Amino acid sequence: MIHDLVQSGQWLPFAFALLIGVSMLLYAILDGYDLGVGLLSRFARGAERDRMIASIGPFWDANETWLVLGVGLLLVAFPRAHGDILTHLYLPVSGMILGLIFRGVSFDFRKKVPPDQQPRWNAAFFWGSLIVTLSQGYMVGRFMIGFQEGVASQLYAVCFALLVTSGYALMGSCWLILKCEHDLQRRAIRWARIAIWLMALGAVLTSLTAPFVNTRIYDRMLAFPEVTLLLALPLVSVMLTVIMHVLLGALPLPGDRLAWLPFALAVMIFVLGFVGLVYSFYPYIIPGRLRIVDAASAPESLRLILWGTAVVMPVLAGYTVFAYRVFKGKAHDLSYD
Amino acid sequence: MDPLTLSRIQFAANISFHILFPSITIGLGWLLVFFKLRFLATRAPHWMELYFFFTKIFALSFSLGVVSGVTMSFQFGTNWPGYMNTVGNIAGPLLAYEVLNAFFLEATFLGIMLFAFRRVKPWVHTGATILVAFGTTMSAFWILALNSWMHTPAGYTMIDGVAHAVDWVAIVFNPSMPYRFAHTLLASGLTVAFLTAGLLAYRALRGDRGAAVATGLRCAITLGAVLLPLQVLVGDLHGVNTRDYQPQKLAAMEALWESTHGAPMTLFALPDETTRTSRYALEIPKLGSLLITRDPNGYVQGLNEFPGLHPPVAPVFWSFRVMIGTGLAMGLVSWAGLVWLWRRRDFPRLYSRILVAMTFSGWVATLSGWYVTEIGRQPWLVQGVLKARDAVSAVPGTQVATTLAAYLLAYVGLLAAYIASLFYLARKESDSSGATKGAHP
Repeated sequence: MIHDLVQSGQWLPFAFALLIGVSMLLYAILDGYDLGVGLLSRFARGAERDRMIASIGPFWDANETWLVLGVGLLLVAFPRAHGDILTHLYLPVSGMILGLIFRGVSFDFRKKVPPDQQPRWNAAFFWGSLIVTLSQGYMVGRFMIGFQEGVASQLYAVCFALLVTSGYALMGSCWLILKCEHDLQRRAIRWARIAIWLMALGAVLTSLTAPFVNTRIYDRMLAFPEVTLLLALPLVSVMLTVIMHVLLGALPLPGDRLAWLPFALAVMIFVLGFVGLVYSFYPYIIPGRLRIVDAASAPESLRLILWGTAVVMPVLAGYTVFAYRVFKGKAHDLSYD
Repeated sequence: MDPLTLSRIQFAANISFHILFPSITIGLGWLLVFFKLRFLATRAPHWMELYFFFTKIFALSFSLGVVSGVTMSFQFGTNWPGYMNTVGNIAGPLLAYEVLNAFFLEATFLGIMLFAFRRVKPWVHTGATILVAFGTTMSAFWILALNSWMHTPAGYTMIDGVAHAVDWVAIVFNPSMPYRFAHTLLASGLTVAFLTAGLLAYRALRGDRGAAVATGLRCAITLGAVLLPLQVLVGDLHGVNTRDYQPQKLAAMEALWESTHGAPMTLFALPDETTRTSRYALEIPKLGSLLITRDPNGYVQGLNEFPGLHPPVAPVFWSFRVMIGTGLAMGLVSWAGLVWLWRRRDFPRLYSRILVAMTFSGWVATLSGWYVTEIGRQPWLVQGVLKARDAVSAVPGTQVATTLAAYLLAYVGLLAAYIASLFYLARKESDSSGATKGAHP
């Protein structure tokens, strides 16, 4: 059977679904922390805000590229799904794009315009980040229920927007705990303590509203015998949340020990949440609407991209690690010369 | 207005805004490599001053290019789902390779190029600069391969109305690709030549007499003067290629209503599509045929051979003349500059002012050139395969109108901010030059 699968190229769509999943997860983690820093930039002033933005300055470009790759692979491998998703989400996608535009250019403009205009670009940086995170959360919510209409569905998507926004704020504050020192690090710890509970609240709200919208997710989750395995996901997430809370209460430790741990825990929570979401609609590519096997492109095109991806991915990972090593340690003010 | 027209305006607005920035970063990336290498060879601090000044401009242009490029990647799905449904098997891999081997390369090494001058060994920094320039060029390569394929599709077969790839080499190196790629790279070089010349002339006019300004101006004007004749040559070859593969576009460029032997070259006219005539035509006899067919009495196909399948004539005709006119002006100005460079004299103030006025002349030529080729492809989205009207999404016109208004407002605001920032950076640089700036070996 496996031999047939390999021969016929039927495994290709699943390989691509996996690649898209990995790109989207990496995007949520990587751009998640820099979008989160954007959200938090509103609560800092002057030199502190500069230091926060300096901590993400060398990375945000490449982080955002994972979104382009994820959407690009979706476009390439599942053109029907791509068209269906993006036309359903036309307005939130456009909102997110405008948010990305203003936030992206603010990195440069805020330091390259006359001083009296800088507040304008700081504001664009925050509001752009906020619009991006809210619209991304809203879109994931809409996607999860197959773009179902109605008040309950909209409410569900709004709860999801809150969940994702607080999740990004958590990633951002954990990144700052890792990359900053002294006062700013202490403030980041406080932000993280608020964000983790906001995120927990968002998770509870979405879980509570979900059954009113669509029972499919629950039917799937509560089916036996997977339920025993699946119960582990929320249980471990709750455990990680509690550990995070306790850890944040203890930080900062002498010698900056364990400053990396909140970020690692936040990444683990993201991964678990992501796996749970994906499991709830697999083997669909659009929940309840379109299955992975029915949406795929021609095998000859998929093969070409897959080989390219297989060659490029390790190189990409290599130079990403290199870039992070170059800028490792606490963030300093950025300058070109 | 109907969703098709609105979606077309929106796509045109997005891609017009986007192309402004790659047209700078492709050329400027290599100019920065040149500055860096000159510094390593001579250790003269003014090369590093030039490098740092134009790095700021590169960074700003790059971020505008990235964010408007992200917009582009979503437009296919939001507004043109029929495009990917029909030619996704071809377009998909080309777009994927653009992201995989170019976009990431630029985005990752840009951080090192911009912010790690003191953190890494000099050769690593130089290497990062080269990789960023190489990445932008590779981006252009993949995108132009796809764009050219839409003009001159090759290496595919249609099965049940969907394009399937047969020969990837033929797809990537399709008939118009080499010409379009060369034409676009040269256009970027010329855009950058005039951008750098304009900004440095602006600094010179403000009294900045540093070595960086004089050296930079010399490089910029020489670059423009060398690239322009090459561009004329490549443009001519590209025109011959268009004759073979998209004769209806060429007929619209020349507003040639009827096929004829010994076609004239039209300098000026008012093409009127309802009467299918041109009024007030000012023509040079036989020159059209000579340029297009290399024979003064050669046969040139007119618009009458493509009823209902040729592009709107006036916009193509005029865009072409704007491009040629701007190109001629750029040629005149850069060659005039050579005269003073040759005599080792300072530029007269009037000449510097002209350079400042022409800072963005490359944008005018690039945009009008793209309008010629893209409007000239209509009504096809993919020549002979898919029409634009068959690819548009079912999103309601009101939604498209809303987002179009939002994009246009954002673009006007950002463009104003971008241009103002470039001149502000130039003012700041000349005000602070003479202070302790320059090279750190």
